[in-house]
Amino acid sequence: MIALERRPNTSRFWLYATPLLAVILTVLSGAILFTVLGFDPIEALTAYFISPLRDSYGLGELTIKATPLAIIAIGLAIGFRANVWNIGAEGQLTLGAITGGGLALLFYGAEGPWLPPLMLVGGMLGGAVWAAIPAFLRTRFNANEILVSLMLTYVAGLLLSYLVTGPWKDPMGFGFPRTRMFGEGALLPTLFAGSRMHIGFPIALATVAGAWFLIARSFIGFQIKVVGLTPPAAGYAGFSNKRIIWATLLCSGALAGLAGAIEVSGPIGQLTPSISPGYGFTAIIVAFLGRLHPLGILCAAMLMALSYIGGESAQIELGLPLAVTGVFQGMLLFFLLASDVLVHYRIRLRLTREAV
Amino acid sequence: MDLLAPIMISIIAASTPLLFAAIGELVVEKSGVLNLGVEGMMLGGAVIAFIVSVETGNSTLAVVAGAAMGAVMASLFALLTLGLLANQVATGLALTLFGIGLSALLGQGYVGTPLKALPKLSITGLSDIPILGLVLFGQDVLVYLSFLVTGGVAWFLYRTRGGLILRSVGENPQAAHAIGFPVIRIRLFAVLFGGAMAGLGGAYLSLSYTPMWAEEMSAGRGWIALALVVFATWRPGRVVVGAYLFGGLTLAQLHLQGMGSTAIPSQFLNMVPYIATIVVLVLISRDATRIRMNAPASIGKVFHPDG
Amino acid sequence: MHSETSPLTASNTPPRLRLREITKRFPGCLANDAVSLDLAPGEIHALLGENGAGKSTLVKILYGVQGADSGVIEWEGRAVDIPNPSAARALGIGMVFQHFSLFETLSVADNVALAMDRGTGRDPALLAEIRRLSTDYGLALDPTRIVHELSVGERQRVEIVRCLMQNPSLIVMDEPTSVLTPSEVEKLFTVLRRLRDEGRTILYISHKLQEIRDLCDRATILRGGKVVASCDPRQETPNSLAALMIGRAFDGPKAGKPVQVGDGVPLLAVQGLSMEADSPFGTSLKNISFTVRAGEIFGIAGVAGNGQNTLLAALSGERTAPRDDWVKFEGHSIGRVGARGRRDMGISFVPEERLGHGSVPDLPLEDNALLSGWGRWGLVRHGLIARGKSRQKAEDVIEAFNVVSTGTGAAARSLSGGNLQKFIIGREIMQEPKLLIAAQPTWGVDAGSAAAIQSALIELARAGAGVVVVSQDLDELFTIADRVAVIFDGALSESRPTHATSAEDVGLLMGGLFEVAP
Repeated sequence: MIALERRPNTSRFWLYATPLLAVILTVLSGAILFTVLGFDPIEALTAYFISPLRDSYGLGELTIKATPLAIIAIGLAIGFRANVWNIGAEGQLTLGAITGGGLALLFYGAEGPWLPPLMLVGGMLGGAVWAAIPAFLRTRFNANEILVSLMLTYVAGLLLSYLVTGPWKDPMGFGFPRTRMFGEGALLPTLFAGSRMHIGFPIALATVAGAWFLIARSFIGFQIKVVGLTPPAAGYAGFSNKRIIWATLLCSGALAGLAGAIEVSGPIGQLTPSISPGYGFTAIIVAFLGRLHPLGILCAAMLMALSYIGGESAQIELGLPLAVTGVFQGMLLFFLLASDVLVHYRIRLRLTREAV
Repeated sequence: MDLLAPIMISIIAASTPLLFAAIGELVVEKSGVLNLGVEGMMLGGAVIAFIVSVETGNSTLAVVAGAAMGAVMASLFALLTLGLLANQVATGLALTLFGIGLSALLGQGYVGTPLKALPKLSITGLSDIPILGLVLFGQDVLVYLSFLVTGGVAWFLYRTRGGLILRSVGENPQAAHAIGFPVIRIRLFAVLFGGAMAGLGGAYLSLSYTPMWAEEMSAGRGWIALALVVFATWRPGRVVVGAYLFGGLTLAQLHLQGMGSTAIPSQFLNMVPYIATIVVLVLISRDATRIRMNAPASIGKVFHPDG
Repeated sequence: MHSETSPLTASNTPPRLRLREITKRFPGCLANDAVSLDLAPGEIHALLGENGAGKSTLVKILYGVQGADSGVIEWEGRAVDIPNPSAARALGIGMVFQHFSLFETLSVADNVALAMDRGTGRDPALLAEIRRLSTDYGLALDPTRIVHELSVGERQRVEIVRCLMQNPSLIVMDEPTSVLTPSEVEKLFTVLRRLRDEGRTILYISHKLQEIRDLCDRATILRGGKVVASCDPRQETPNSLAALMIGRAFDGPKAGKPVQVGDGVPLLAVQGLSMEADSPFGTSLKNISFTVRAGEIFGIAGVAGNGQNTLLAALSGERTAPRDDWVKFEGHSIGRVGARGRRDMGISFVPEERLGHGSVPDLPLEDNALLSGWGRWGLVRHGLIARGKSRQKAEDVIEAFNVVSTGTGAAARSLSGGNLQKFIIGREIMQEPKLLIAAQPTWGVDAGSAAAIQSALIELARAGAGVVVVSQDLDELFTIADRVAVIFDGALSESRPTHATSAEDVGLLMGGLFEVAP
């Protein structure tokens, strides 16, 4: 009989080894999946995970995709640490894109170097306001933030759809549901000539550093941890649970909104009905895979970005369906959660023969 | 009066998938487990049912396959949360994300494939009664099944020893374990049942409600079903009320759009079910005492016999 | 009075239950080390031992909740296998659990039905049977009531009736009196003696020495997982039993002479405090008044579930009172001041639940030092944690209070109950509070740690601080408190000096026999 025994102290080795284990298991399962779909597994895996990294263009694309993932996941991780489950980052991202993009449209033709920073701040405010709704409803009425934030994601998507098909629609856009392209001055500066890598990536790195400092050194980071692990102990210490719910939701909402503003002022350059391939949801996986730790999240964001680009490159090279990416991401999270047991428990084989 | 029957029939159609998913999740939660993967399991059920129906033309087989797919996906969740003691919230989310991806992958060859909807019941005489005839006797078999299941769940939970044991496990798993009930096995059955019901809800979507397959066609219904369980304060009868309330709401906004009302853009009408879900959650949740008295006490917590 | 049926003389009948060389090993500890035990029909047999001596493990093996690693169980003379509780019940083994294993939102009858191997609480025959049994044994119960509406004493009746419904020939009772008033204990003993006289066997697990001497025919003493002695408890003194249980002469806390308590402004004054419980299962407070002066230990006795949790939350500031002047500290109204503000004023608090309230189980001791010490010890500067300083403080506590651990990096959950409690008490005392409020400070703690904790509380009071101890353990209150009051159903009795009152008087108060000031 297999039995699980709780470890007195969590295993630091497995804490860091399990994400690697999960990645290895996912790749192995991926090989099986590709074989079942009728592709040569080695060829498919190469197209998926190696090809995108062969040139500087691919590396640039990697940072572009990793940027929103890392920024959102950092915010989510801070909330998850406090047991605050903001699942609606996709909606907050959308709101950030709307407010940030709205500013670009508002100041169309009157851009200046002040506009991109203003758009980013606007995006953060938009995301924070959207996250303030579940924060208010949870602290005031005890309404579950998972469901509220998720419902608001659908609402945000519909709001964006209304704007780009209605009042903000590009009059010269041949009836396509999208706004006009933003002016040059509303776009984020790129880092290198000829690359699409833009200033968003350094912003993501700064977010990672800031979050690391917050979690490791600050007292508010400690309060978040205590509220998440043991709410009664937090009450005993005099930490306000409501304040932590507000702080973590506003923070994660603002970061998701920032990611939305970066997306529309960076790689996209206009508002369309689909500005995100599910970054807000993938960031949940990124947060867990990164062990809710900022540096871990940065690595996980790169890996997830690779899965997006790999999906595209495998589609182009081999005709693999794009939906494989979603399956990969789901599997990865499954394997991670499954191997998590090793962190807290010891697995023991007990002899079934009990001489009683 | 001519409008009444079609309206009632459409409400039934919009409500049935919600009813299936919510009644299944209710049983899961009563056993003390929170599975947030309903949306994913619905999509899994929808795509498999659709594929089987297209490939075999056998709608019974399709329905069974949909339910089985839901249960298989639920067994993954059970393996992680009950076997490997993983966090239920995170695992449920993973199941939904996985279900979205998997269903998109499996269904990619079937987008746009036409399908004949499930046959409706037709009883000579009864089905011809004006208005009520079609409503009561002219539905497809899944609609009747949804009521049968709901009634069965209510009877099981509150009238049988099995239901009593299930509720006791959700209330206090440590005590149930000490009496000698197999907590993990009971929860496993509940989770599998919940998965099968979500799969049936999905099957209804792709076989009957809109006989076609489209990516993410459940459009948040799995999440609304989760909210309905809270709305119903974990009572099967109230789940029916909630599901039909939301079905009616969905239909009302569709009708407003259908009437070509340009005063309100369609997107705002489409928001109605989601905003209504939030409103309902707030109204129910603010009474913490009522929630505490009805919610299974151990919900969402990992159970390990040694504490 | 029952020498004919006494197992000591009736040696030719086989024992009802015989355990032979039962061994059970957990990681890092040998819970049961070749334990052998004979239980005869018609005897009340005490299983005596400290916390951690292996009593609970043995009971779990006996009831099929856990399997033994080796050893033999014989029932009525033949070897049996007890793989699960259902098998134990089929043999005729009934169990009354220490921590009530009842289901709060279900009815009494449903609770009974669950432990029977058939039916539900809607079965009329079952309802009738419950009524008959409970009347028969004087354990009044309404089977249709929901358990959360019942008092603690009533809940235990449910447990006993549930056990008796199966007509067991062996009844295992794990610490049954820890939640009862003295008069309820007397009633329980009457029932138990009657059950014994019916020829049933009772295995009575306790660490309360007086009770065992009053009730039991034989006692087996466990220490460190081993049987160390077997005796007739009526022939022993409490001290000799304690010595067998602990393994050395009993060393109680050093009670100093009570100092003269000043008559000035009281340190803590609670005046007319009324407050709703925060959960539907809690007890609300009704017009509670008392004062605590510097230098004294004020004891609050009472059976669990009579409003202690609400009162403790109101005193610690985890819940604020409806009115500011209902709680005063050094003359200032603090009823609406939160936990943080009260701690800054010099009020420290030791919660009842040490793992999960007084400490964060998964965090290391240095973080748990930060948890309550951050303000008084100045461990936070400009929003940042002074890591070195908090580690030093944790080290100081470990050193001063002899906390056995692997160091400041050890997770709170890795400590034994007694050591974690010493750490928490030490952490609060070393913040030099003017007032310390401690809930069940020695509950579930080994005797050595308990004595150390009680001595530390006395020392703190003698150094001039006020101490409030909320406890169910009357012996403890009479050992350390200067004055004692009783909480019952959310109301508090007048306080009395412990030297001028008896445990029996306080016991009556615990049953609610007092007038509440209007």
